[in-house]
Amino acid sequence: MTVAERDVNDDTIILGIETSCDETAAAVLRGPTSVLSSVVSSQVDLHARFGGVVPEVASRAHVELLTPVIAESLVEAGVDRGGFDAVAATYGPGLVGSLLIGLSAAKALALVHGVAFVGVNHLEAHLYAALIEEPEVEMPVVVLLVSGGHTLLALMNGPGDYRLLGSTLDDAAGEAFDKVARFLGLGYPGGPAIDHAAMQGDPEAIPFPRAMADEGYDFSFSGLKTAVVNHVRKHPEVDTRDVAASFQQAVVDVLVLKARRAAQAYHARGLCLAGGVAANSQLREATLDVCVGEGLRALLPGRSYCTDNAAMVASAGWHRLRSDGPSPLSLAAEPGLSLPDGT
Amino acid sequence: MMRAMTRSVDETRGLGAAIAEITQPNDVLLLTGDLGAGKTSLVQGLGSALGVGDRITSPSFTLAREYQGRLKLNHLDVYRLEQMDEVIDLGLPELIDEESVTVIEWGDAIVSALPPDYLEIRILLGEGDDDRIFEINLVGPRWSARSRVLQVALETFAGDDGESPC
Repeated sequence: MTVAERDVNDDTIILGIETSCDETAAAVLRGPTSVLSSVVSSQVDLHARFGGVVPEVASRAHVELLTPVIAESLVEAGVDRGGFDAVAATYGPGLVGSLLIGLSAAKALALVHGVAFVGVNHLEAHLYAALIEEPEVEMPVVVLLVSGGHTLLALMNGPGDYRLLGSTLDDAAGEAFDKVARFLGLGYPGGPAIDHAAMQGDPEAIPFPRAMADEGYDFSFSGLKTAVVNHVRKHPEVDTRDVAASFQQAVVDVLVLKARRAAQAYHARGLCLAGGVAANSQLREATLDVCVGEGLRALLPGRSYCTDNAAMVASAGWHRLRSDGPSPLSLAAEPGLSLPDGT
Repeated sequence: MMRAMTRSVDETRGLGAAIAEITQPNDVLLLTGDLGAGKTSLVQGLGSALGVGDRITSPSFTLAREYQGRLKLNHLDVYRLEQMDEVIDLGLPELIDEESVTVIEWGDAIVSALPPDYLEIRILLGEGDDDRIFEINLVGPRWSARSRVLQVALETFAGDDGESPC
């Protein structure tokens, strides 16, 4: 291995690969935060007609897209094939077929070029997304990670030093958005569809439940989904935009309420959004309001770093490589991987 | 066909636990029902009765989750799968074994890929917001042999005979 534990520094060039769900992404970073290139090829259009990600379609698309996406990231970064010191790839959580494609490519590249390979936890990578844009953030920071597959609240004391505070008991927030959008006939992806419809609706039209608002840091969105179905069944004439706005308000209220409570309890200096749902305009506004009210630094990564990308994978890979060294080439994909509880 | 009824999410979990009592290794359960019907709740009840300590969450994102209890519990959600070759890619035959119980949500797309024996549970919305009706079909000899014990297990969930379910 050319990169030993001690050799990882701000000049280390790391290629990141992300294929856990429906984005095929590659990025090149110098050190943990200097992004030389970040290429994402989204499959959203491919999946729209199915109303969600179709695993087999996703896997095949990754196979076709990954090589050109990696090539483009290297060209954009001005790095030759083999001009990188390490390759990082997401090994979980995600769809197993999709994970295997990125993981196998990363191992092959590492072998061919004789550089280090490092496996990255997708959730951990999301925690680093905000730090790429703002590396000099005062810790601790409460991170609210909300996406199609995950909803969790974590406390970050520094790179590699974090703890899981709570997570969803049933559906992920983004999954609730997708399922409710599909139910309301608003299309896929559900997040932007509901966000858009909600702009013309009344968020107070329907008092949907705020599940577990007073209890701890865990979330539950399954009951809210059922409440939406029940309401539409009973009031078939209801304005879909009002349902969308009221549903979105209920989700955002609970997310922000718990994030604020965590920030207060752990004396956080900042509040950070991560994951695809972090692009939701209502959630961003409400988070900003909390930060202004509580005197917290608001870390709202741009859309390109909220959604799945490989820059965050390379960044997390850099930190992992430095703390733990390279991963074995035998590292397997772990579809059900969760966030490790600190290090 | 047998019927059962519940009036809350907790009762639905209770029904899942009751069904767990009669499950055996190699079993396959097929769950269908609309959005919000309570499929995941039923699996949560079934899982805790099987001794699963981990949190059972929706498998929609990863399609399949695996839990360890007294038996291994495979929890699949195939509602996004519309083509048979995608279903085949899940490797169902490899999941079903003598150490596990396999529950498949949104099963209609998968029926032709199923083994000859399975318990089909169809969840319908009842009159009240939280009322749920369960239509249960025992398919194949493995299940029809358990018709009597299932009936007993479902007794507390009769619902419409005037008794309030406990």
